[in-house]
Amino acid sequence: MTVSSVGAVTTTLLLVGVFLAVMLNLNEVAENVEEDVEIKVLLDVSAGQEEIDTVEQNLEDMPDIGTYEYSSKEEELKSLVDSLGDQGQAFELFEQSNPLNDAFVVKPEEPEDTAQVAEDIKQLDHVDKVNYGEELVERIFTFNEYARNIGLALIIGLVFTAIFLISNTIKITIIARQKEIGIMKLVGATNMFIRWPFFVEGLILGILGSIIPIAAIVSGYYYLYYNLRDRIQFDFIQLLPFNPFAWQLAGLVLAIGAFIGVWGSVMSVRKFLKV
Amino acid sequence: MIEMKEVYKTYPNGVTALNGIDIHIDQGEFVYIVGPSGAGKSTFIKLMFREERPSKGSIIVNDRDLAVLKKRKVPHLRREIGVVYQDFRLLPKLTVYENVAFALEVIEETPKNIKRRVMDVLDQVRLKNKARFLPDELSGGEQQRVAIARAIVNMPQVVIADEPTGNLDPETSWEIMHILEEINQRGTTILMATHNREIVNTIRKRVIAIEDGSVVRDEHRGDYGYEI
Repeated sequence: MTVSSVGAVTTTLLLVGVFLAVMLNLNEVAENVEEDVEIKVLLDVSAGQEEIDTVEQNLEDMPDIGTYEYSSKEEELKSLVDSLGDQGQAFELFEQSNPLNDAFVVKPEEPEDTAQVAEDIKQLDHVDKVNYGEELVERIFTFNEYARNIGLALIIGLVFTAIFLISNTIKITIIARQKEIGIMKLVGATNMFIRWPFFVEGLILGILGSIIPIAAIVSGYYYLYYNLRDRIQFDFIQLLPFNPFAWQLAGLVLAIGAFIGVWGSVMSVRKFLKV
Repeated sequence: MIEMKEVYKTYPNGVTALNGIDIHIDQGEFVYIVGPSGAGKSTFIKLMFREERPSKGSIIVNDRDLAVLKKRKVPHLRREIGVVYQDFRLLPKLTVYENVAFALEVIEETPKNIKRRVMDVLDQVRLKNKARFLPDELSGGEQQRVAIARAIVNMPQVVIADEPTGNLDPETSWEIMHILEEINQRGTTILMATHNREIVNTIRKRVIAIEDGSVVRDEHRGDYGYEI
């Protein structure tokens, strides 16, 4: 029974640990993407300095906008040429009759509001088009939210299962020692005094259960971080650095293990201390 | 001092165990509680150390009103009351010494005091030479003496004995009674529930008879009064 409850904690914490590692990394990715979200506001081709000033004034007045930056059509062309490298030279011909629009690059105050802000900007005068990679942004937000909710539900379910198993294990020890507890109460032991050893037992079960998961998480993350880091080349996916992340995660797993053990013991002892 | 006023006890299943009990016991008295099985003796005893709460009325034990005593104060009450049962209730894996010391360990007495007190009471119950024995290696009377030693080791003002001679042969029963009398002579109140007619009629003390949850007789130097 002791083995099985330690096993339950081990399984729970393994899953919780892996899940937390994935979730926190996903969160980091999402945050990076969120920070990079910008709205490109293309002005009417015919817009002159006066219209540009009007748009700028309007942007200034909108409360949800964090920062904005003006980028003239010449600058736009230059950055397009630069981004295309050698092939871009072909576009240098356009310098004489630039087909691009003057633009503003806007960052919303809250990344979550991107869609709304973009919609508002679109309504302004002299604005031709608004681009912000809506699909990608929306998808990442939705995915992240789902992952977070499902993960939380999973973790809570697992934690409760483990608490239940630990509390059952301790209940068995208590039943075995019920006579002793009865005599303790008879001679005037306080509940704290009686509870203490079971509290320690729960704590030890929880901590024992977290040894394997911590070892697995730290070594697994070490492997992942140092070996796969170089093979994953997407620059928007960046694993959280091994140090301190793996250690923080290990601490968190240990804390959850201790919590499960203590909570399980408190739950099972409570019933036996009445009278 | 023990005082019960208008004490009623009805269990959740509807059984009425005590039906308006009024008694007053002074410090240092020796009292037998007698009565047929199921008359309410056990409930009476349980109320004394707050294993049960009265449904109505007040119970004062050593200046504490048990009817309103807070839960966390219960351990303190129990340290002032020693309890002895028919079935001894010793821990089988602990030696005689450890069983008695247990009562002081749970109240976190210092090791030095524990040793002194335990040897003292083992001497009182004449078991000093068996301190290292396990309960299974002792006779019934010796086991009961260990239980008595444990009950008095923290010098309670009241000792409650629930049929302490119930499992013992007559000769051993007298031994136990002599020890209880000695304890009583040192000023400890003794409350003893018993069915032992011979003891009650020979060692004459105050007798309180309970029937159907009421006190039907309360006599100084009374007799057992029931035909078996």
